[in-house]
Amino acid sequence: MEDAAVEVRDLVKRYGRVTAVDHLDLRCRRGEVTSVLGPNGAGKTSTIEICEGFRTADSGSVRVLGLAPDDPELKPRIGIMLQSGGVPQAARAGEWLRLVSRFHAHPLDPSALLDRLGLADHARTPYRRLSGGQQQRLGLAAAVIGRPELVFLDEPTAGLDPQARHACWDMVRELRAAGVSVVLTTHHMDEAEKLSDHVVIIDRGRVVAEGSPAELTGAERQLRFRARPGLNLDEVLSALPPGSAAKESPAGHYIIEGQVDPSMLATVTAWCATEGVTTEDLSIERRTLEDVFLELTGRELR
Amino acid sequence: MTTLDLSPAPGAAPLARMVLAQAGAEVRATLRNGEQLLLTLIIPILLLVGFSKAPFLDVEGPRVDFVAPGVLALAVLSTAFTGQAIATGFERRYGVLKRLGATPLSRTGLMLAKTAAVIVVEVLQIVVLVLVALALGWSPHGNPLTVALLVVLGTAAFSGLGLLMAGTLRAEATLAGANLVYLLLLALGGVVLPVSAFPESIRPLLEILPITALTDGVRSVLTGVGGFPMGAALVLLSWAVLALAAAARWFRWE
Repeated sequence: MEDAAVEVRDLVKRYGRVTAVDHLDLRCRRGEVTSVLGPNGAGKTSTIEICEGFRTADSGSVRVLGLAPDDPELKPRIGIMLQSGGVPQAARAGEWLRLVSRFHAHPLDPSALLDRLGLADHARTPYRRLSGGQQQRLGLAAAVIGRPELVFLDEPTAGLDPQARHACWDMVRELRAAGVSVVLTTHHMDEAEKLSDHVVIIDRGRVVAEGSPAELTGAERQLRFRARPGLNLDEVLSALPPGSAAKESPAGHYIIEGQVDPSMLATVTAWCATEGVTTEDLSIERRTLEDVFLELTGRELR
Repeated sequence: MTTLDLSPAPGAAPLARMVLAQAGAEVRATLRNGEQLLLTLIIPILLLVGFSKAPFLDVEGPRVDFVAPGVLALAVLSTAFTGQAIATGFERRYGVLKRLGATPLSRTGLMLAKTAAVIVVEVLQIVVLVLVALALGWSPHGNPLTVALLVVLGTAAFSGLGLLMAGTLRAEATLAGANLVYLLLLALGGVVLPVSAFPESIRPLLEILPITALTDGVRSVLTGVGGFPMGAALVLLSWAVLALAAAARWFRWE
């Protein structure tokens, strides 16, 4: 058995003159949680929907569990959560889940699943009267009810309140523990960092970085502190070893990068003393995935 | 917290179970929808009672014998065309067709389920309308199997037209259009007003409408005036073939 749950090679998808996916390679291993990260319009949903069989590629090859995405044999083996919708407005939550369960040979018990996702009290509520978070959870329930080998979740926690987000994360962890492969798209860095074995950052239809969260954030550490805005950082930089970097972002929040060791700490605090500055929240931290992400995809809004 | 066994155990249910489940969901949705019931039952019953009791019509024999077959044809139109077009249009709009496409239920399975649901609702309509008509003193003639054949052909023709509309237009346009077509065909297709009430010049046009073929065919059988309504059957068959082919060609799932 091949070990890739999803194997995408040289994928291209164009909409008119816009190239949404531009020679993209993606490999999601079996039994792992793979997060596809990217800014809006990066090509995440296009890529996922091609894997799900909803859209066709202009070129490139896509194998999902070793099969072509439009292979009918694939349908029972994968579970899908759309970004939104997909449920008749008047259908009651419990009825919809029971209906989807009847399409599968060994489904989970719909009531137990509703209960597990905190929807038991809404089993008789029509879909259109569920809150956004409840609709998302119902979508998640429908994705897993057939006990699939591979689950695609397209922005599963977009618009969820913290409780619902944690319920979703718990479900992803349980799926992984049960040996299910999960591919999810998100633009929440913390989500990708917490859940994933493998993170793929895509931008403008291409993979710009991939690896485990630890690999991506690297061993590099930063010194962070808060102080009054507008300090002249050139002075402290001149006192630090070459290759160090310092920035203020946003105002009043300072980050010093480089060889973070006691001597750097001493240099920075000595400089603060000279300047008559009291620092707050001084800490040594690893770069976050968000730092990496912004570095790779830029800060400009799209 | 409930523990769930999430370990993979994939597999599709047997086709028959999937189709039954989906058809059941569609029948429930139809019966629960007030606007649909207005078109499928309330308007046909009101027309049946009203036009049988009130002396609007100048027809030979008891008025109910003329009105009942027309209302049965209207029932088929309301479910196979109007109801199905509107429901499917909104399923497409809300991504339901897309979502169902990601389940083991194939498109063929979905179409079988929709057809089964339409037939179940039609049977319910026919039972209710026949009981009301009998209570109004209706005395039907002819071969019920011939009527059933015409109903099946009419269902195929109207389903094709309804799905063509639902699969090509926006949901709102389908909603408006399907209701408008229902009213136009109700008025023009010999349902309660005989086609002979219209000017000679437009009658040939009215007679090739699927609703007119269905009302005329069913009426000629149930009033016992003619033999097998070959003309009506051929008109319906042609509509069925053309409309289903067009729907298969142009239906967009998303």
